[in-house]
Amino acid sequence: MPKLVPLWTDVAVWLLVASAAAYALIVLRSPSLRANWRKVFRDAGALCSAVILAICLAITVADSVHYRPLLEPAAGAAGNAAAYDTVTHSLLDLLLSGLVDSREETYSRPFAYVSFTKESLTINGQLQRVAPRLAHGGADLADPEHQWGRDVLARAMAGLAYGALLALGCGVVLVGAVARGRRERFASTAASIWCNEGEIPWRAALWTIAVVALLAGVVVSMTGHYHVMGTDTTGNDVLYQSLKSIRTAFVIGSLATVATLPLAVVLGIIAGYFRGWADEAIQYLYTVLSSIPNVLLIAACVLMVQIYIDQHASLFPTGAERADVKLFLLCAVLGLTGWAGLCRLLRAETMKLRELDFVQAANAFGVSPTRIMVRHIFPNVAHLMLIVTVLDFSSLILYEAVLSYVGVGVDPSMNSFGGMINLARIEMSGDPIVWWSFASAFGFMLTVVLAANLFADGVRDAFDPRARAFRPRLAIARKPAAQK
Amino acid sequence: MISYLLRRLWYGALVLLGVNLLTFFLFFTVNTPDDMARMSIGGKHITQDLLDHWKAERGYDKPLYLNEARHGTERLTDTIFWDRSISLFELRFGRADADSGGDIGQEVGRRMVVSLQLALPLFVLQVIASTALALLLVMFRHTKLDFWGVIGCVVMLSISSLFYIIVGQVLFSRLLKLAPISGYEPGFGAVRFLVLPIILSLVSRLGTEARLYRAMFLEEIGKDYVRTARAKGLAEVAVLYRHVLRNALIPIVTSAGSYLPYVFLGSLVFESFFGLPGLGAYVIEAITKQDFAIVRTMVFVGSLLYIATFVLIDVAYTWIDPRVRLG
Repeated sequence: MPKLVPLWTDVAVWLLVASAAAYALIVLRSPSLRANWRKVFRDAGALCSAVILAICLAITVADSVHYRPLLEPAAGAAGNAAAYDTVTHSLLDLLLSGLVDSREETYSRPFAYVSFTKESLTINGQLQRVAPRLAHGGADLADPEHQWGRDVLARAMAGLAYGALLALGCGVVLVGAVARGRRERFASTAASIWCNEGEIPWRAALWTIAVVALLAGVVVSMTGHYHVMGTDTTGNDVLYQSLKSIRTAFVIGSLATVATLPLAVVLGIIAGYFRGWADEAIQYLYTVLSSIPNVLLIAACVLMVQIYIDQHASLFPTGAERADVKLFLLCAVLGLTGWAGLCRLLRAETMKLRELDFVQAANAFGVSPTRIMVRHIFPNVAHLMLIVTVLDFSSLILYEAVLSYVGVGVDPSMNSFGGMINLARIEMSGDPIVWWSFASAFGFMLTVVLAANLFADGVRDAFDPRARAFRPRLAIARKPAAQK
Repeated sequence: MISYLLRRLWYGALVLLGVNLLTFFLFFTVNTPDDMARMSIGGKHITQDLLDHWKAERGYDKPLYLNEARHGTERLTDTIFWDRSISLFELRFGRADADSGGDIGQEVGRRMVVSLQLALPLFVLQVIASTALALLLVMFRHTKLDFWGVIGCVVMLSISSLFYIIVGQVLFSRLLKLAPISGYEPGFGAVRFLVLPIILSLVSRLGTEARLYRAMFLEEIGKDYVRTARAKGLAEVAVLYRHVLRNALIPIVTSAGSYLPYVFLGSLVFESFFGLPGLGAYVIEAITKQDFAIVRTMVFVGSLLYIATFVLIDVAYTWIDPRVRLG
């Protein structure tokens, strides 16, 4: 039995997933929330983004189960104490073990069979500068110069075929589920989805799934034979690093926004409801916080965290734990310094709400202020909370890259987009240019952030009727959805 | 208006006091002067004498908040907190903690010029470019141009500014050799070094700003006075430029104005990528060297500028919108 190592952020991620599930239950029970979320998914962009984000979330969750594998007892070792590996693995590492194990010496181009850098080797008694063959990339080719193109093509085709099968399978399951929900026959549901009829644009979601499945098929069929995204300076697979970075981005995006909520919600509602000196004090507090340039404040806090960790190194035995605590505290710092904006918004909204009839009536009936705030005010500002949370998610992912560049971001030993860009910066200024790390980080980061942004737009449009006017809309609207 | 400004300035001083307290607490409580001395001197053989000498040289040889050895008000005034706060408020920033560090005040002054050279043209161009793009999208609203324009904006704002910088440097400096990769020279020659960072910084923020301004314009366009203007037969261009643009200026000034502190503080990332010796690069250097005297000063200067900016924005309102009266 491997030993489970629950890291701080792991626990936080699991708690977040649990609370998201709880929220989903609430949504299912409440007709108004359900209607709003339906509106979110009516938008094709938001639906496709939700598919992408769900996949990223699955990667994050798989990467949030850490364990230390049981080592084979050494021969002749006395004692029954089980020995565990000193390196902490995650479930994702296990799934991607093909990528982890195929380590090369140093840089190699995507799909390469030879190393990127040349070495002096003795061939047939002569010293030559050649690029040595890779240990894993295209290792099973006897005559790479002639076989390489055909081999890559064959594997890509096989991968595409697997991917198409996977996409078809997903499509059948999805259409089946929709047909059950609509209580229709499978064939007629499939036909209506194909024609993009109905309220929710399932066709777009299916296309997204198909594209992801095809890409995944190709990647899986290449694993162990080629490095789809090349390798970095120490020979590690770049694709693996990019996939690992998704978790870091997700943890920062979600944890840091969630960390702002308690302070922002409690203080914002109190300030708006009680007015008077409480309002003054809270306003002063967030004016002080927001008048310090954000990066500087975060840098100051993170430096202090760094010093604290260095002074108490014994508290965190493994490197992974130290890096993880740093990430957790970075999220906490981002939360503690970033609540001013939401607090200001909630204060203004509460001030508006407290003058409304239902709050005044509750007041007249003698309901206590705490109860009014919890039962009447909070549910009516919750949509603002949701909108700001999803909007902040993507900006924090972008922010992480900048913070890592400044040197106050996540631990350098932890995979993150910021770290990858940082390294890529040096690689891009070298000659010849090593572009694949950079391109990989760019592609993955753009996908995640763009999906998050589009999803956030969908959520904002659904929950804030005023924002809907700002959507770009063509004069001739899409073919009106056929009524069922 | 004078009394309003005075009130604002008084509140600003109060906020600065809070900022000072917060940063002091952050820096000195976790990281005591002893720790700072040990880290700054480095090496293994650190004697107490050496530490005391280091602290005395920099004025850290006092208690943090309360001096028990003194009497009366000196219990409060003969402390590091008092010394540092007073000197900050008098804009005497002292010297950097590092041994080679010079006077922070001079350095800040010198570097602010560089930051201004980068950020002032950028600020002006940014507002112009974003407003122009937003107006264009609004003029062609409900058409394909608007639709794809907004999608383009969303894609642009989803790309980290670091990508713009790296691609821009490789493309324009290395492959096309249009501009130097990094560096700086004082005087008129600086233009050569500033063009690329300005353009890249402009592009990296264009998506966010243009989309925001577009929303502001659309909000104005729904209002009654616009309908009136159209009803009396004005052309769309006249409606947009003479009526909508002017009224949308208020939210635009608020949003653009929040960037003003950074006009002086410079951009952390752009300055250090392009090797410009501005304040942003100064901060990054200080953070990597863990020189807290500099970081503390920059926090103070930053919030000072922030507070000043918001007073300025308030004044700007009265100038843009005659209906606004400060009082």
